[in-house]
Amino acid sequence: MYDSGKILAGLIIFIVIATLPFTLNLGKAVAKPSPSIDTPAINQMAKKQCVESKDYMKTTHMQMLNNWRDEVVREGNRLYVAADGKEYNMSLQNTCMNCHSNKSKFCDECHNYVAVKPYCWDCHIAPKEGV
Amino acid sequence: MGIAFSFAAVIALIGLAFIGVKGLNLHFLFGAIVPYAAFLAFIGGFVYKVVKWGRSPVPFHIPTTGGQGYSFPWIKQNKLDSPPTTIWVIGRMLLEVLLFRSLFRNTKSELKHGKLVYGSEKLLWLFGLIFHWSFLIVLVRHFRFFMVSVPLPIKIMEALDSFFQVGVPLVYLTDLTLILGVTYLFIRRVIMPQIRFISIAADYFPLLLIFAIGTTGILMRYFIRVDIVGVKQVAMGLVSFQPVAPGSIGVIFYIHLFLVSALFAYFPFSKLMHLGGVFMSPTRNLANNSRMVRHINPWNYPVHVHTYQEYEDDFREKMKQAGLPVEKE
Repeated sequence: MYDSGKILAGLIIFIVIATLPFTLNLGKAVAKPSPSIDTPAINQMAKKQCVESKDYMKTTHMQMLNNWRDEVVREGNRLYVAADGKEYNMSLQNTCMNCHSNKSKFCDECHNYVAVKPYCWDCHIAPKEGV
Repeated sequence: MGIAFSFAAVIALIGLAFIGVKGLNLHFLFGAIVPYAAFLAFIGGFVYKVVKWGRSPVPFHIPTTGGQGYSFPWIKQNKLDSPPTTIWVIGRMLLEVLLFRSLFRNTKSELKHGKLVYGSEKLLWLFGLIFHWSFLIVLVRHFRFFMVSVPLPIKIMEALDSFFQVGVPLVYLTDLTLILGVTYLFIRRVIMPQIRFISIAADYFPLLLIFAIGTTGILMRYFIRVDIVGVKQVAMGLVSFQPVAPGSIGVIFYIHLFLVSALFAYFPFSKLMHLGGVFMSPTRNLANNSRMVRHINPWNYPVHVHTYQEYEDDFREKMKQAGLPVEKE
């Protein structure tokens, strides 16, 4: 090989960069997030059921909250009719956080895991925990 | 023909992943085995290609220059476009790799009123730059799936990329610019007759594949939502060699992953190897010093040269008899 010093150096740089996802994680334990639903309000419920199904909430809660915000702030409509016909008050602080009063063990659990920083709390006041 | 074939190939890849995951439940195959195989093919193929190129000799010293080389002291030298030393070669390469400097000089030829005219053509440079930088940022952004704690630079990059806070999840600007760039590169091939004439399936396929990757990614993020925590578990499983492939994630994720795997596996054996090739181009990576340093053709082997002195030694007597002048008596 001609100029083998330079070419091999370049190849080593390439391999180091390309394998970064593997090398950066060597020996690091990966804890799966487990959002907790152990709150007083949820424990009192006979049937532990969120506004919509668990799968729907898991994937689409952010878009739902965004729609709620638009409905409330722009249309003045606070009534949400869920897929099962139940009615809810569209409110992050009074409806969502009423049950999920454990932001750090529920919201943050997954958001931190996937490095998402929702801007809910730019305006809303995060509930005081342990009260 | 090339377009139809490439389009069919991309559709076939999507169909394969869809049937494999949705119909046959081969989550582990598409979520772990195929990505690993594709990554190995990428690294192995890349090294193979670069080593193969490195073994080919460069018989001539052939830097292409775009400016005045070293000459008399009173002639102004353009060191960047006609690099005299390695340092300037590095500077020239940096501008080439990061800003596509030579493409900035791109020209087009056109027949106007029966006359051949030449003009500047900056669109390819502009959209090429948009496309490549968007793709790089999108790739680096994906590191949030590959790391336990995401480093600050990547978080800053994400924050800037979603600066306008449109929709939820926040729209990334590079998602749009990536699709914009790849669309231009494709349209250009289709509508410009000269470019279309020289385009084959190997030109269309990567563009369509990247378009499909971008589209599935955008669909997954903004429209057909998937379980992101599950996605990160797959990614972390892959990079920590404990692969998992939960079936709870939507099929669109597996299609996206399969298309990316296809791109990685295809990469070293296609025109996409210009990633490595740009560094291996003798027209770019040689200094313009052919008047100062002798370039030896590595093909050269010792040639027996019969000099005039040897010739004269052989025939001196005969030359004298014939009355020819000789240098040595």
